[in-house]
Amino acid sequence: MKIIVCIKQVPDTKDVRLDPETNTLAREGVESIMNPYDQHALEAGVSLKERCGGEVTVLSMGPPQAEAVLRQAISCGADEALLVSDRSFAGADTWATSYTLAKAVAHIGAYDLIICGKQAIDGDTAQVGPGLAMRLGIPYATCIQKIRTADAESIVFERMMDDGYDVLQSGYPLLITVVKDINEPRVPSLRGKMKAKKAEIKVLNAEDIAADPSCIGLPGSPTQVVKVFPPEPRGTRAILTGDLDEQVEQLVEKLRPYLV
Amino acid sequence: MEHFLTEEQQMIVDIARQITDERIIPQRAELDKKHEFPRAILEDMAQADMFAIPIPEAYGGFGGGCLDIVLALEELGRGCIGVGTAFAASSLGIYPILISGSDEMKENYLPDIASGSKFAAFGLTEANAGSDASGIQTTAVLDGEEWVLNGTKQWITNGGEAQVYTIVAMTDKHKGARGASMFVVEEGDSGFSCGPKEIKMGIRASSTTELIFKDCRIPKDRLIGRRGTGFITVMKTLDSSRPGIAALAVGLAQGALDMAAVYAKQREQFGRPIIGFQAVQHMLADMATELEAARALTYAAARHIDAHPKDMSKVSSMCKVFATDTAMKVTTDAVQVMGGYGYMCEYPAEKMMRDAKILQIYEGTNQVQRNVIGQELNKEYNR
Repeated sequence: MKIIVCIKQVPDTKDVRLDPETNTLAREGVESIMNPYDQHALEAGVSLKERCGGEVTVLSMGPPQAEAVLRQAISCGADEALLVSDRSFAGADTWATSYTLAKAVAHIGAYDLIICGKQAIDGDTAQVGPGLAMRLGIPYATCIQKIRTADAESIVFERMMDDGYDVLQSGYPLLITVVKDINEPRVPSLRGKMKAKKAEIKVLNAEDIAADPSCIGLPGSPTQVVKVFPPEPRGTRAILTGDLDEQVEQLVEKLRPYLV
Repeated sequence: MEHFLTEEQQMIVDIARQITDERIIPQRAELDKKHEFPRAILEDMAQADMFAIPIPEAYGGFGGGCLDIVLALEELGRGCIGVGTAFAASSLGIYPILISGSDEMKENYLPDIASGSKFAAFGLTEANAGSDASGIQTTAVLDGEEWVLNGTKQWITNGGEAQVYTIVAMTDKHKGARGASMFVVEEGDSGFSCGPKEIKMGIRASSTTELIFKDCRIPKDRLIGRRGTGFITVMKTLDSSRPGIAALAVGLAQGALDMAAVYAKQREQFGRPIIGFQAVQHMLADMATELEAARALTYAAARHIDAHPKDMSKVSSMCKVFATDTAMKVTTDAVQVMGGYGYMCEYPAEKMMRDAKILQIYEGTNQVQRNVIGQELNKEYNR
């Protein structure tokens, strides 16, 4: 089975600040990590490979330093790594990003399954996975919490829902996005780390993947960030005291003005 | 302090650190409370190739030296020396084969140990033989193509959990130490069983049991090395493994210091954090200083051993004594700095203090280590 796992390097949310001028994330001095959901996507890909055979290619779009998360992915069991990196990709929204990734996937060639994390912890949109599937014209399923069975022909998995889960079956090609419940990502192995140190990370630019300049980066992004602001604090709160009956009485009195 | 680790050694540290922070620390209190063997954590360590560290590359290992295993054990010790002991005991159990086993024996056992699919244990101690290894009463008698073992080993780490046991037994009782030999016994061998798990003061995540041999019959080729060389193999094994115990001690002391220092910064009395009081500062200063000294000696001893010197007993014993006495002192002082909170089972300090005690006792008591150092000095100054 040929598996592609999409990963993103994100600032560690333990230390996130906004640049007040540009309303964008201040990345200076902030530690970068592999998007936590993508760690679960990688683990899902590697364990599927171990179960069914095949290989895992990790794909990332980002600045040159995103190479670090691709090496990390290799230390955790990925076979190949591909970074699409170009100054002209800067400022891409999810529309342009999914276009760029689709071009990179086309460059990779044949595949059976693409696995993405549900969302990235910086943008939190959860749009790139489905957007990529749409661009590629393949089916997708989001929020997968468990892969039940998989073989060369089809895959059966559970999709997390608000009130339980759906059991779905699909053939290939297919794209899924995964939630954290799906697995516990492994600790890199010593051999994996050695391999990662020596691994060649292929870097492709916009021209290499034959991307249309009008579809990438800022020009290809219909989304424009107009304003980023901290949400207003919520309204005043009150804590009711006394025994239960007294509290209920107080609550009813407080709600009475709103009764129609 | 800068210890000039290689890139590979830093990788070992990083992996062991991640396992300690993500797997061991969140679970240690529960494992301690339930006296539970950390099988899932050991499986994670196996997946991360940690069991491969001391095994030669020819047998599926990483070909690491003493310092490599020391670095791994130090990190594990920072989290829980119970888990660290379970891991270390598997290395200890395999050292006799590494040191004295035939190529065929190595081929047979080492790859499974390297992959972590099998654990090992080392069986020396008996009711009347511990520090005095020559008091061993377990016997092995050759009967045709089989050895027949009889006797009982006591307090064996990984007992009941290991699949491969390296056992010391007397093959020629009248020859004393020269009459001891070592054997490989496997889980499931007829006449071999393990007693119930002992209830211990500390390192409760590790399993400790009796090993019982009742007419236990094993193939002739399970003899490790030559007949009568068991005692030499034991001494070489312990010389190689003691820095690992020192490393667990260094890690444990580091964990205790970290906790005490963070607490001392947060805890306010008389209107300021207690780290501002000289009485507390001086305790922390002594803890940190002795810890750095213990670490430096342990690394130096490990590097000395990695140079394959003729004689390594003295430095091996020195680092074991110094680091484990330091761990006992630092963990005791950590409880003191934390006061009532340190004494409560709700916080990890008391477990660290309970755990520390075994370090001064197992793999040769610290009194026996001082005997070794003293005897070596006596020899040195004879020259």
